[in-house]
Amino acid sequence: MITSLEDITLDLKATLVEHARHIRRHIIEMTSAAGSGHPGPSFSPTEILSALYFSEMRYRPDEPDWLERDRFILSKGHGAPVLYGALHEAGFFNREVLLSLRKPGSLLQGHPHVKAPGVDATTGSLGIGLSQAVGQALGAKVAGLPNRVYAVVGDGECDEGQIWEAALAAPQFKLDNLAVFIDHNKYQYDGPVCEVMALAPLADKWRDFGWRVEEIDGHDYDQILGFLLRSRQCTGKPSLAVANTIKGFGVSFMAGTQEFHARSLNAEETARALEELKD
Amino acid sequence: MEPAKAVEQRGVLGDALVHLGAEFPQLVVLSPDVSLSTKAIKFKEAFPERFICSGIAEQNTIGMAAGMSTMGLIPVVAGYAMFVGGKAWEPIRNSIAYSHFNVKIVATHSGINVGSDGVTHQSIEDIALMRVIPGMVVLAPTDANQVEPALRAALQINGPVYIRLERAGIPLMTNPGQPVRLGGSLQLREGQDITIFAVGGMVHQALQSAEELATENIETRVVSLYSIKPIDTSAIIRAANETGAIVTAEDHNRYGGLGGAVAEVLALHAPCVMEQVAVQDTFAESGPAKDLYAKFHLTSADITAAARRAIQRRDAARKVN
Repeated sequence: MITSLEDITLDLKATLVEHARHIRRHIIEMTSAAGSGHPGPSFSPTEILSALYFSEMRYRPDEPDWLERDRFILSKGHGAPVLYGALHEAGFFNREVLLSLRKPGSLLQGHPHVKAPGVDATTGSLGIGLSQAVGQALGAKVAGLPNRVYAVVGDGECDEGQIWEAALAAPQFKLDNLAVFIDHNKYQYDGPVCEVMALAPLADKWRDFGWRVEEIDGHDYDQILGFLLRSRQCTGKPSLAVANTIKGFGVSFMAGTQEFHARSLNAEETARALEELKD
Repeated sequence: MEPAKAVEQRGVLGDALVHLGAEFPQLVVLSPDVSLSTKAIKFKEAFPERFICSGIAEQNTIGMAAGMSTMGLIPVVAGYAMFVGGKAWEPIRNSIAYSHFNVKIVATHSGINVGSDGVTHQSIEDIALMRVIPGMVVLAPTDANQVEPALRAALQINGPVYIRLERAGIPLMTNPGQPVRLGGSLQLREGQDITIFAVGGMVHQALQSAEELATENIETRVVSLYSIKPIDTSAIIRAANETGAIVTAEDHNRYGGLGGAVAEVLALHAPCVMEQVAVQDTFAESGPAKDLYAKFHLTSADITAAARRAIQRRDAARKVN
């Protein structure tokens, strides 16, 4: 965990880049093995999860239920592969488990469920994750616990009314132990966010609801880690980053396309993607 | 005989929460802006640091309760059945039940006895909605005396529980301090001719009906099936075997509620003549609870008529055989 901007060294960033590359490989390998899943939406927040799991958060892979662990909720639950990839990378479960995604008997359900070690909330129904993050942050305060709570919310997910119920509640309860990223990759299932259900001005909406808001490049570690540092330093209100991201970021033929929103890669595409992500 | 005093179940909810809050330091109460009505306000006065007014936002309230339960707390959400159980159904299923989180939902204002507020506030679907969720426990305390024991039973297990309370006062029928048991029931009158299974205020209507039937020399067993899920299977089978005719009575739609739950047990284990007293798949309207019960056929007279029908059907079948 960094304590000042000077701690964001080239070494740290190189480490996070490596973890992100591994996580993307895990995403491709597990969704291709499963033959289904959402690789595109898993790639857009990969840098954010790399920064959270390998710089920011306190947790114990050998004690996943440690009460004082920091919590992470992937509110856009269809991005489950990026969460599973990060948890595998962090040592919560082995490769065999990783490749069992979406198969009968697996700990890794198509959308996250708390039975998987390291998964802090069941999500997948859009809109339900942020409320749980708010509840965890509030619960930590009521229980006198030091946990910090992090969440990634999809931009399309902001169409859900429950998101805005939670958006009202977090500032009401002064949840300065909560930091949220909007994975603003500009696409939802039926098309561009600006055409389906326009959200702009998105940052202003959250600011008006009482959050401390930044707009960042969601693939830039200086900006991600800087946001997280300032979130820890902020008192009395929750923080939110509108993280501008690119769907499918990290593999040339996946970036910026809607093609891989809800389908896995075929054998040829898998080989090409892994080639781009190789050591 | 002096008529028993009618007591509102919500009237004792606040005190029950305070008692149990002292006993369970992890207990927190969330109220979606209805604490004055549910009387959860009493908990706020006793334990302000453990009371959350969560605004008029039932879905977020349920989600927050799910999150709080992962911090070693036991959240109790107290709200109106229609909104906390109806509007927030999907978050209850996906955020609480699917994770098997330790959250208790106390739903006041169930049934058409809600009265003059009208149909938007009259939950006649919540038993069905809740009991179809895997792992959800559903309790419907018989009267005000059973509210605290039901909450206690809910707090003694680790997992989601839905407790259904009614708005209108219910004459006291149970002894205070008598425990509520998951999967249990309470027989309030013995009889060998027919059994009436009921929940909540309808148990009182059933007892009145039993008095009426007694004048016709029909001895009626009356049982409160306060644990709707898990249900007291053995009490139902016993009733079928011993009385051969059953009436269910509930302030709920006829589909998916208590009648459905009893019929499921009978069909599997002890096929038996059964009649239902319930809302007949219609929306009610505004009005005093007493008038609505008359108009929508939820009175003791309706139960008595159903009992006669059941007995006639049973006896006709016996003649054929």
